[in-house]
Amino acid sequence: MLLKRGTDLKYSDITPRDVYVNRRKFLYGLGLAGGLALAGKSLANLVFPSGRAYAAASLPGLVKSSFSTTEKITPEQVVTTYNNFYEFGTDKGDPSKNAGKFVTSPWSVSVEGEVAKPRKFTMEEILKLAPLEERIYRHRCVEAWSIVVPWVGYSFSTIAKLVEPTSNAKYVAFESYFDKKQMPLWGRAGIQLPYVEGLRLDEAMHPLALLTVGIYGETLPNQDGAPVRMVIPWKYGFKSIKSLVKIRFVKDQPPTTWNITNANEYGFYSNVNPKVDHPRWSQAKEVRLPGFFKNTPTQMFNGYGDQVASLYNGMDLKKNY
Amino acid sequence: MNRILMNKWTKVVVFALCLVPIAVLVWQGPSGWGANPTQYLEHATGDWILRFLAITLTVTPLSKIFGLKQVVRFRRILGLFAFFYACLHFSIYIGLDQVLDFRGVWADVVKRPYITVGFTGFVLMIPLAITSTAAMVRRLGFRRWQMLHRLIYVSAVAGVIHFYWLVKSDVHLPLIYAAIMAALLGWRVFAWFSDRGRKPARGTPARKEPTTVPAS
Repeated sequence: MLLKRGTDLKYSDITPRDVYVNRRKFLYGLGLAGGLALAGKSLANLVFPSGRAYAAASLPGLVKSSFSTTEKITPEQVVTTYNNFYEFGTDKGDPSKNAGKFVTSPWSVSVEGEVAKPRKFTMEEILKLAPLEERIYRHRCVEAWSIVVPWVGYSFSTIAKLVEPTSNAKYVAFESYFDKKQMPLWGRAGIQLPYVEGLRLDEAMHPLALLTVGIYGETLPNQDGAPVRMVIPWKYGFKSIKSLVKIRFVKDQPPTTWNITNANEYGFYSNVNPKVDHPRWSQAKEVRLPGFFKNTPTQMFNGYGDQVASLYNGMDLKKNY
Repeated sequence: MNRILMNKWTKVVVFALCLVPIAVLVWQGPSGWGANPTQYLEHATGDWILRFLAITLTVTPLSKIFGLKQVVRFRRILGLFAFFYACLHFSIYIGLDQVLDFRGVWADVVKRPYITVGFTGFVLMIPLAITSTAAMVRRLGFRRWQMLHRLIYVSAVAGVIHFYWLVKSDVHLPLIYAAIMAALLGWRVFAWFSDRGRKPARGTPARKEPTTVPAS
């Protein structure tokens, strides 16, 4: 159904705000009265606190993408209130509470390293480098939960081609914004900051790798990695770095935050793989949020195997987890 | 103070207070449990197991240090509530998280150290719950009963390790629990040593067993 709507329609246009606010009140009452019995299927429609940490700007004229899944999109409230963004606290509810005052404008991303034309892109430039697409991707967290998100952006290769990587460029290193003043809970994160991530060059240049500037037809909320982030749908969520400030094309495999934290548990590749368990839990199944039961089978490469499996031909994926 | 503690209604009040955490969870309902309700309930009940274990372990030091002998009346109920929240926690894990996949549960227990240790802590609480009645104290004899119930120390340590091994990187909360348990168990070690120091030399008869069953 969503595929048929006009491209300039915002999610909030479909249901007027006062209607859905009232519906929430009604459902909230129901939720209290019904308790557990009412849970299950209707959970998706139940109340969550408002997830927007700031006034989002709508991103009109989005192009549909053939990469999109037709699976049911996760309610926006879930995606904006259940976050892993350790700079703003380690509880899932922390980022939406604490990232509200995070200043994301002005913003620029420096693209440098083994490239012919290093340069800084302002956020305004990034928004105009290519037509913005809506890509509905499955997003699988290493913690065995998953969501389906309508991201907005374009392939990372677009920006990469503009800086012309040299033949020395074998990997891409990404770095998040980090500011102790704006992220007072950073000390609790237990991970080295700024957050860094990395991809092999061919992974980064794969059309599925998305430079992301929005969700649900609007600019990214702070807790979801505003104003610009990466989304790598066939890898565990932590590979999809948030609030990007630096992109560096490099010769050698770059260090990555969770690999630094615990190399036995988080490899450089971290492709979604139901056959390779996390040392502390199985990766065979996932819980699709919002929901109670961890009974959705996890797919190899998160279901993107047809597109990306060839990147790993001949590689031992148990060893290169 | 002891008179208030001895009042028959005090036990009712303590019982009601022990039910507050579960009441709050039920009152919140699914809408209050967030996007990942199973994980929320697992964490909430898990927190309360550790809290009740810590509170239960506080009873004896409290009675000895402050001479509040009557608080011992509440020890059984507090321990049983730790077990109650452990049962809830385990049921949520089996029923919701693993969706009654018992092979998956067993694989977890055998393969995942944090689950192995948590499961051990839970299983060790079962005999304590079963032998918590006055009749069982009589049947076992107080000394043997007391020895058995020292298993709670193992459960408390196992619970903290379970929590510590579970978190991805932010260990400050598990460390707080670890510090609390260390203090509570450390006090017992200290009390044991100082008690031994005060005892007469070996060869004298051991203290007589209490002839009456202590009030729970």
